[in-house]
Amino acid sequence: MALRTLFSKKAFTTASGFRPIAAGDRCFLRQSRGLTVAALPDLAYDYGALEPAISGEIMRLHHQKHHQAYVTNYNNALEQLETAVAKGDASAVVRLQSAIKFNGGGHINHSIFWKNLKPMNEGGGEPPHSTLGWAIDTDFCSLEALVQKMNAEGAALQGSGWVWLALDKGSKKLCVETTANQDPLVTKGANLVPLLGIDVWEHAYYLQYKNVRPDYLKNIWKVINWKYASEVFDEETA
Amino acid sequence: MQHYTLSCCGGVKASLPPPLSFRWSKIKREGGRRLPRCARIAAQLELKPPPYSLSSLEPHMSRETLEYHWGRHHRAHVASLNNLIAGTDLDGMGLDEIVVVSYNKGNPLPPFVHAAQVWNHDFFWQSIKPGGGGRPSGRLMELIEKDFGSFDRMLEEFKRAALTQFGSGWAWLVYKANRLDVGNAVNPRPSEKDNKLVMLKSPNAVNPIVWDYSPLLAIDVWEHAYYLDYENRRADYVSIFLEKLVSWEVVSDRLDVAIERAAERAREAETRKQEDDTAVTHSEAVEMYLDSDTDDSEAE
Repeated sequence: MALRTLFSKKAFTTASGFRPIAAGDRCFLRQSRGLTVAALPDLAYDYGALEPAISGEIMRLHHQKHHQAYVTNYNNALEQLETAVAKGDASAVVRLQSAIKFNGGGHINHSIFWKNLKPMNEGGGEPPHSTLGWAIDTDFCSLEALVQKMNAEGAALQGSGWVWLALDKGSKKLCVETTANQDPLVTKGANLVPLLGIDVWEHAYYLQYKNVRPDYLKNIWKVINWKYASEVFDEETA
Repeated sequence: MQHYTLSCCGGVKASLPPPLSFRWSKIKREGGRRLPRCARIAAQLELKPPPYSLSSLEPHMSRETLEYHWGRHHRAHVASLNNLIAGTDLDGMGLDEIVVVSYNKGNPLPPFVHAAQVWNHDFFWQSIKPGGGGRPSGRLMELIEKDFGSFDRMLEEFKRAALTQFGSGWAWLVYKANRLDVGNAVNPRPSEKDNKLVMLKSPNAVNPIVWDYSPLLAIDVWEHAYYLDYENRRADYVSIFLEKLVSWEVVSDRLDVAIERAAERAREAETRKQEDDTAVTHSEAVEMYLDSDTDDSEAE
């Protein structure tokens, strides 16, 4: 799954769990313990390339500060978890779960989000065709109806969270879901695959749209990368 | 010192229908026609302004933040609340009561988020002032030292609660009286020493009055509270809040009220207990065992 790209190119473990250690390896200790670290993925576009839908300032803070913080804190929590597991400290293992869920979820969700966005001059906003397009028409009557539903659910979400266009792998049906805080989509159903996620935390829009979340939701569709959503859909329904 | 986390479903949709005794449905229609506006009882709650001008908290909290936070967010909650409760049983109730009733014991009804956020923001604006910060004194400081070890450790606890409230929410310093909200559970030896200060964090709109605690201080850690001034740096916002904004005088006053309230509750509980004991003494002996057909006894 695309999750592999979320992890550092310095991922040290192979399927068997080891790889030969080169003399010059800087991260020898992590490597020998088999710990794979998460890393902040690069964006496929400049921070300012999604304007005017999303400002460059927001994109920079969102990526360099918020997502980076999730990555850093997730890695810290994983290290502490590894130690706790090795020591058999069940109490510490349990205590770390909320930080892992929150920061790991933040890392997962944002990594998907960056791929869900594309500059307008590179195809952002172009509606989906063929397979995904037909599925949307089948399950929602029209793209407009889907957008309206996602906007309504996104606007109504209290506090912080995400609104998703999801594919149920079992039934092959599309559905709209919301998750609270940084809960990843799978917390709503193990069969659910995220095709599109829209971040409705205030940090995703406040500097530009202030308290008017509906305006943010209306405008973000201009930079939504339907091509990526189609690719995931086709892969899962193949 | 342990944190207590209040959790509830912060969403608008309640999964269970409201209790039958509480009529949620709007009663605006009469004989199929909507009552004219003048005939509807609507005790409208008002947006209270902070006790200082919108620019007087600068540079720690900008005028722009106040204009949006108070002028848009807080105002919108007041409007939404009034709209939702007009013509219902909640109309005309005091705000505290609306919050507790609409919390519906953890299964909140639609007005809850607005009622609680109105309450929370009123409380928040009053918790801070221009030229705030410093240190408390008197009974508040004594309790802080008793329950947290020291003022600095209390500040650390407050910061930790504010920074580990994942997502939107609030961090609170509250005065907790040792009352149990379970009908037949009684603290056999209640004393004022059971009452104490604790640190809490709560998600979204939840606030400690739904648990019958007495809040003394709150900090809003929804991102809209600090993003214009501090961007992602919640830690800086929380530090400045404590160093430059918090009004320890207001917190002290709230503590005095909370202590008096707890003492009065304790007196009422004692009176009720005495009345119950008196009633039992004067009533006939209760038949404890059913007659049995045989004389067999378990203890042979």
